[in-house]
This record gives sequence, structure tokens and C-alpha cells, in this order.
Amino acid sequence: MAHATATTAPEQDVWNGGVAPLGASYGKLMMWFFLLSDAFTFSGLLITYGLVRAAHPAFAGEVEAFVFSHNYWPIPEKVFEAVPFLHGVSLPLVFVGIMTFILIMSSVTMVLAVEAGHRMDRKAVEKWMLWTILGGITFLGCQVWEWMHFIVGTDTPTLFKDFVKGEWVTKEVFGANLLVNQYGPQAFADFFFFITGFHGFHVFSGVLLNFLIYYNTVTGVYQRRGHYEMVEKVGLYWHFVDLVWVFVFTFFYLV
Amino acid sequence: MAHHSEDQEVAVLPPDKAKIKKLWTVAGILGALTAVEFVIAFSMSHGSLKTSIFVVMTIVKAGYIVGEFMHLKYEAKVLFWAVMVPIVFIVWMLVAFVYEGMKLSEINFLNL
Repeated sequence: MAHATATTAPEQDVWNGGVAPLGASYGKLMMWFFLLSDAFTFSGLLITYGLVRAAHPAFAGEVEAFVFSHNYWPIPEKVFEAVPFLHGVSLPLVFVGIMTFILIMSSVTMVLAVEAGHRMDRKAVEKWMLWTILGGITFLGCQVWEWMHFIVGTDTPTLFKDFVKGEWVTKEVFGANLLVNQYGPQAFADFFFFITGFHGFHVFSGVLLNFLIYYNTVTGVYQRRGHYEMVEKVGLYWHFVDLVWVFVFTFFYLV
Repeated sequence: MAHHSEDQEVAVLPPDKAKIKKLWTVAGILGALTAVEFVIAFSMSHGSLKTSIFVVMTIVKAGYIVGEFMHLKYEAKVLFWAVMVPIVFIVWMLVAFVYEGMKLSEINFLNL
């Protein structure tokens, strides 16, 4: 009796040996182990940030007296204080807070899509997938703005002394890239680009996967298959991207 | 079952109100924790206490995301532990690397 009802367990759940190891389907299990390996990769980046930061002196004075310098690690809230359309207004961490909320919300809409998939509710899956994709694209847009601002820099340059051809010269530095960094030690800019860039690339590929799921839902692929397990698997990936951002938010922006 | 059509309409179940409500509750908790982190960021002086508070709150948030959104709490126990136990390597790496970083700062050759 293979009735196509919403509660029918997918036949793929049973692996070829007739049992499902760890009580999960093959695809879901592999997604979990992939995410575990990805967690190790992100940990490698964030922990190395921790090492390099701990190796640099911290800024000793009052927060209000902070100025950019190569001699100590910058205070993140003094670096990330710009918000679009509010030029010149100091709003520390506000924009990155908004980005965090956007990603959490898109995680919620994703889990609602998974819930709708369990009920074979195609229309609801379509709706929630669209919201999730919108959240992902919005987050990416915010990140583009943040990168642009980080690269272009502040209105007034930071002055650095540099030893060029046997003489000390004073350099004006605006913004940061992989060669110069107006906010502090070079490693700070390098880690910013690598960590948020690697996460942003995950968001980007997550949006692509989400779109694929949305497309397959609209064309009825999962309806014919009899289950929406793909929504669940890609959902795991999307939640993981949110999870990583929670750690990046704490260790790069807050601490 | 011989005439089972592939395009046959599948029964749609009604929304599980209790489950959806729980998901929104978790979302509310995540949002509230982030808001509290925000308040702490500007009302406490920098130090190891502040850092520890942030670390604990981050782990709580991670627990909600992995446990509820990724549904790991409700998977088979063996799957739960198969994912959780390897995390110990990350903790070890964290302790080893940050300790190493602090030792490097004592040598102070980075600050030429």
C-alpha cells in the first residue's frame, strides 16, 4: 500500500540494507556531516582571528579616546558605525545589528517552509521560500554596502608613518584592502575580508540553492516525488549559514 | 493502485498551529537575545566578564538554532551525539590557539 499521503515516509529513507542508519535519510545525514566539516572550516578562520588578536596589544585607554593606529587592535564598534543614508552620524553596530535580524528572520521563514513541506502544502512552501530568498538577497545587499564602506574608508584619513627608501614619511590612508588598513593592524582588514567574505559566499550559494528549491516546488517536482525532503536538507544549510553569522557577529563585531 | 496517476492531487494537511507558534517563539528569543547583546555592548566596560557573557549568550543562541530550527534535538540520539561530540576538537583548538596568541603578545615582536 503506497498511498501518496502527506505522512508517508519517503521510501528513500530506507537505505539499501533495509535500515536507515542514525534514523535519518542518506541525504540528510550527509548534509549534517558536510555542515560539521564546514563548522571546522569556519572555526579555523575565527579561532585564527582569536590568536592574532590575542597576539596584538589591546587599546588601553577609554573608549571615547580611541583613535585608529597600527599599534593596537581596533575596537570593532569604532570601526563599524556607519549606516546607509546617515552619512557622518556615528551609529556603532546598528547596521550589523539590522543584518543580524534580517538573517534570523530568513531562518524563521525557512523553517516555516520546511513545516509547510511536511504538510504537502505547495502554496505555503512557495510563499515561505520566496520570503527566505528575499531575506538572503537583502543580507547580501547589506554586505555589499558594508564592504564598500570598509574599502572606501572614513572622510578623514588615518596618518601612518612608513619607512620608505631610508626615510620616514607620513602617509594618508583611506579605507582598507589587502595592502593597507586605516583602521588598525593589517591583519584586521585581512580577517574582515576573509571571514565575512567566506560567510557571504555561503549566503550567496544558499540563495542559489533556495532558488533551486523554489523552482522545483513551483514546477511540482516535489509534489510528484511525494515528499519535500529537499526543502529540509537545503533548510539545514540555510540555518547553518545563520548559525555561523551568530558567531561572526559575536567574535568579530561585539567582543 | 494500477491506475495511480503521478499528477494526482495530494492531500494537504492543515497548519500545525502549536508547532508554528513554537517556531515564532524561538525567533522571538533569538531576537531578544541579540537586542540584549546590543545593550550590553554599550553599557559595560570591556573585559573578560563582558566577553564571557557574550560567549554564553552566543552558545544559547546557537543551541536554539541547531536544536529547534535544525531539529537536531528531536533526531535520533546517536545522530545528535555524532554531531555534538566532534565539537570538542573546536573547543580544544580555541583554547590552544588563543593561549598561543597570548604568549605571542608577551614576546611582543609584532609591535615593532
